[in-house]
Amino acid sequence: MSEPALALDRPVAPVAPDTRKPALFPLEARGLVLDIDGHRLIDHVDLTLGFGPLTVVMGPNGAGKSLLLRLLHGLIAPSAGQIAWAGRPADRQIRLAQAMVFQRPVILRRSVAANIRHALRTRGISGSALATRMGEVLAAARLEARAHTPGRALSGGEQQRLAVARALALEPRVLFLDEPTVNLDPASTEIVETMVSAAHEAGTKIVLITHDRAQARRLADEVVVMHSGRIVEEGPAERVFAAPASREARAYLAGELLV
Amino acid sequence: MHDIPAAFGLAFALLVSGDPDLWEIVLLSLRVSLAAVAIACAIGLPLGAVLAVLRFPGRMGVITLVNALMGLPPVVVGLGVYLAISSSGPLGVLQLLYTPAAMIIAQTILVAPIVTALTRQVVEDLAREYDEHLRSLGIGWAGLVSTLLWDARYSLITAALAGVGRAIAEVGAVIIVGGNINHVTRVMTTAIALETSKGDLALALALGIILIAIAIAINAALMALRGTAGRLAYV
Repeated sequence: MSEPALALDRPVAPVAPDTRKPALFPLEARGLVLDIDGHRLIDHVDLTLGFGPLTVVMGPNGAGKSLLLRLLHGLIAPSAGQIAWAGRPADRQIRLAQAMVFQRPVILRRSVAANIRHALRTRGISGSALATRMGEVLAAARLEARAHTPGRALSGGEQQRLAVARALALEPRVLFLDEPTVNLDPASTEIVETMVSAAHEAGTKIVLITHDRAQARRLADEVVVMHSGRIVEEGPAERVFAAPASREARAYLAGELLV
Repeated sequence: MHDIPAAFGLAFALLVSGDPDLWEIVLLSLRVSLAAVAIACAIGLPLGAVLAVLRFPGRMGVITLVNALMGLPPVVVGLGVYLAISSSGPLGVLQLLYTPAAMIIAQTILVAPIVTALTRQVVEDLAREYDEHLRSLGIGWAGLVSTLLWDARYSLITAALAGVGRAIAEVGAVIIVGGNINHVTRVMTTAIALETSKGDLALALALGIILIAIAIAINAALMALRGTAGRLAYV
């Protein structure tokens, strides 16, 4: 039985163009290919992402979602194809305008506060600016009381909230999130979604991977569905959820087993 | 035939009486070995970290060499340092032979590969775990190495203590380059060797007891450190 089509529970607000420097948008991937050990894991992906909409990437395991995010973020190099930010390849300035949160959060062997402090110092932020941002993100992640706790002693949900807080402390213009709420309880999921939504509203481009269709409906302005290393569907969230055009997207969004 | 129980009695008497000769030897041993370990750490920690994160042609060869150097025979190191600093050697002008400085150099050569190899292993494991996060931050080389060294600090203290154990128990190198000169270069291990050969077991046993106590203290410190690091979830 397929899930009933749900309307988005929030309107997609028109977003003013991003005029900050360096220009980042549109983010374009053209003919993106990734081969590893003779296996084609990303297969001629073409994708254009604008500044405004919150983009959710969906698809079954092994579809290539995490690899696509790593390619866009510059953590791995494509075997073929190009990625352009406002028409030019990523340079250091463009790289530093981005941040990424991983599915398994990497928590340094330091306190919660020291994890955030470390990230901020890599960007040359110190003193009162550092203290202000630290306070803001700790409050948003509801981790103020755990500031001096070793980061690795936190629960899984708290660690993921710390990872999101640490990324947001950098005030990135683009934030990639790879299944940030997988295995989290509803309370932690709500905190992470609130942080992500607030960052989006404050002008951060969000590209988020999730398997959670309800979460995608809550957050997405536009949806990209991947299968076997290819993009099989992309478009406004309402349209994709209501009437997916491709067989794979239809099956995936209907909750059918897609292999 | 030695009267071993009597020798033990004399040894304890030396220990509790605060015999100045005995404690002079103990303090020189600690000074030489701790200085050697400090210098070995100054070399081995950054070198090990760089070996862990830097990819260059011949890297595996360098790692194999460093690992092999952990098993350097002390007498060979002693001989090498002797040849270098003896009056006819390239560093003879420094007149270091039969000084504590020569012993520190020899022990540094013995300990540095241990610290380097253990640091490389520890930091490489940590670098694998942190890799994507640190690259995502766009961190530079200096930041990368300092982050990894700081986060591996508990494991690296273990490496340093392993170096102290190696240095303080070593006899072959320091006897060649130090000469076991009374009040100048006589350390615990060389004194034990000399006193045993002379049949003066009391001083040898007293020094042996102190050496064993130091070994136990190092192991206790290691266990305490691991416990603390584990409690703090820093390992």
